[in-house]
Amino acid sequence: MADNLQMWTDLGMDVDKHDALCQVLPTAFGDVYLSQENRPEGMGFYDFVVADIHGIRPSELIEAQKNGRKVFGTFCVYVPDEVVIAADGIVSGLCGGSQFWVEGGEKVLPKSTCPLIKASVGARLDRTCPFFRIADMYVGETTCDGKKKAYEILGEDVPMYIMDLPQMKREKDIVKWAEEIKDFAAKVEEFTGNKITVEKLNEAIHTINEKRKALARIYETRKSDVIPISGKDALLVMQIAFFDDPARCAEMANKLADECEQRVKDGVSVFPAGTKRIMLTGTPLAIPNWKLHHIIETSGAAVVCEEMCTGTRYFENLVEEDLGSLDEQYMALSKRYMKNNCACFTPNDARIDDIVRLAKEYNVDGVIDTNLKFCCLYDTERRNVERALNEAGIPVLGIETDYADSDAEQLRTRIEAFVEMLG
Amino acid sequence: MGFIGIDIGSTCAKTIVIDENSAIVYKDVCPTGWSSVDTANDIRVRLADAGHVIGEDPCVATGYGRVSIPYADKTITEITCHCAGAIELFGYRDMVVVDIGGQDTKIIEVAGGMVRNFWMNDKCSAGTGRFLEVMANTLSVSPDQLTALAANGSDTSISSMCTVFAESEVISLIGRGESKENIAFAVVDSIVRKVSSQAGRVNMSAQPVVLTGGLCDSEYIRKALSKELGTEVETNPDARYAGAIGAATFAKKIKR
Repeated sequence: MADNLQMWTDLGMDVDKHDALCQVLPTAFGDVYLSQENRPEGMGFYDFVVADIHGIRPSELIEAQKNGRKVFGTFCVYVPDEVVIAADGIVSGLCGGSQFWVEGGEKVLPKSTCPLIKASVGARLDRTCPFFRIADMYVGETTCDGKKKAYEILGEDVPMYIMDLPQMKREKDIVKWAEEIKDFAAKVEEFTGNKITVEKLNEAIHTINEKRKALARIYETRKSDVIPISGKDALLVMQIAFFDDPARCAEMANKLADECEQRVKDGVSVFPAGTKRIMLTGTPLAIPNWKLHHIIETSGAAVVCEEMCTGTRYFENLVEEDLGSLDEQYMALSKRYMKNNCACFTPNDARIDDIVRLAKEYNVDGVIDTNLKFCCLYDTERRNVERALNEAGIPVLGIETDYADSDAEQLRTRIEAFVEMLG
Repeated sequence: MGFIGIDIGSTCAKTIVIDENSAIVYKDVCPTGWSSVDTANDIRVRLADAGHVIGEDPCVATGYGRVSIPYADKTITEITCHCAGAIELFGYRDMVVVDIGGQDTKIIEVAGGMVRNFWMNDKCSAGTGRFLEVMANTLSVSPDQLTALAANGSDTSISSMCTVFAESEVISLIGRGESKENIAFAVVDSIVRKVSSQAGRVNMSAQPVVLTGGLCDSEYIRKALSKELGTEVETNPDARYAGAIGAATFAKKIKR
């Protein structure tokens, strides 16, 4: 920890303030995670990472920077990691999931901004998160109005590059996104000083595809009647995937998937038979936001799938591999990323189809559709989500919440009532 | 043998005991107070005085304070209990239950004797009993008096749904010399409109609508709600006990 303190000081962090976060996190993690029984052994790696979340990975990143590599911080699943990796850069997630950072964000943002944006801005401006200090460049995308304006504020403090994400999915929008990826690649080349070649990009595409496949394997086991891994643990794997080295992420996820597959064969479940199966849909749950999963899984139900950016949207669909030119590769990347169904698109019927499909694939008893307070896109889309699920005969509960614990008991009543309603 | 249902609400704690034939043999309501531990003990003592011994008679707790009843055999949420209680009280298997509680309002759609869907306003006191209480206090009347006064008022409205801002509005109305009747009318109107907008997603006209919770005694509230929802709302003198009655029916299912 002494090394960490030196590192945090060198990063220009507000160490005293950061200490307050360091003090609460282990208790929260212990209460939410370590209290679970019969967890897969493969979770040991993730527990280890969380135990020193602002130490281990940040020090790796700083080592890499000493060797001349650049770190790109991203906020969204639309920014193509492949391009950065092909230029020998490193990608790290930057999403804030703690109420701890919200107050700092509210100093410069309207209160009616979603907590994810407030936390991300607060983490940077209050200097209380090493990842926000380490990133050499932030890469934003125009997914929502709140983020667009927040980038202008962050841009005063850190180099900021913005990708202009189309908001419709016509052929010309896919072409346009390919062009945006190409422009981004040029920026990455300039910033890293490394050339992106067809070979390097093919390698990077393969690496990220392997990561996606590994995460998908874990999710595949959650479709079984036997539930080999809790929703909380699966969520943690996804949350850490945004920060980890992609090859190591794939390796660890594959190990965990091996274990989960074996558990399914052996009939080892972390929940009693008959536990109600819930799918969560909606806005992302950035680390350490474990609030809803914890309430659900201590109210007699299990989360078996997340239709979220910290869930299926992160790994579904692969990029076509082994193409012969950069332009073809950029197009292949665009096609894959444009298959992601964020509520910022209109129309967004494909997301509704995804939700109904996933609800069936994961054999869920009910769906909880959640949106972060002030995310009007997901909030508005709820109407269509509910209607489609009603038509499919799948019960759905809508929840709007933020990172604060103040509504935890009200949420517990609603969620318990929903689980009782499922019979 | 009796079957005990206890509903610890934010304002009042309701206790019901039913017999094997589901007839109510004991009912009690008391303020929840500031200590749920004391309240839980008081309830136990009063039950014992009436011959219902905890540990012998099965007991189910519900309401926001359900976890504070250490001697309950089981806890069930107020949504499920209000559904079961309303079925007992009103006899319908398909209906909409509107429960105006102390600190939240619930709309429960009941189909085939089960909860099919529910909507809760649990983050803000607009449209709840608490809203009524605060406004009654500002007017120096009791909540019952306020609803009685409202029956003789008209043509005044409060535009703010927020209790704090609405209180300022009421104070302005008082300053303007508006009659108590008219202000009371505006207060009830605000509650009824809020509840109605919350119920906007349910088809009210196709099925019976029943009112439960602490305001069930007020004929004026019932009438105003009926008018706003466009359908005749039913109530019952025991409807404040709906949650506790529901809990007691679940206590019947507990095997000793």
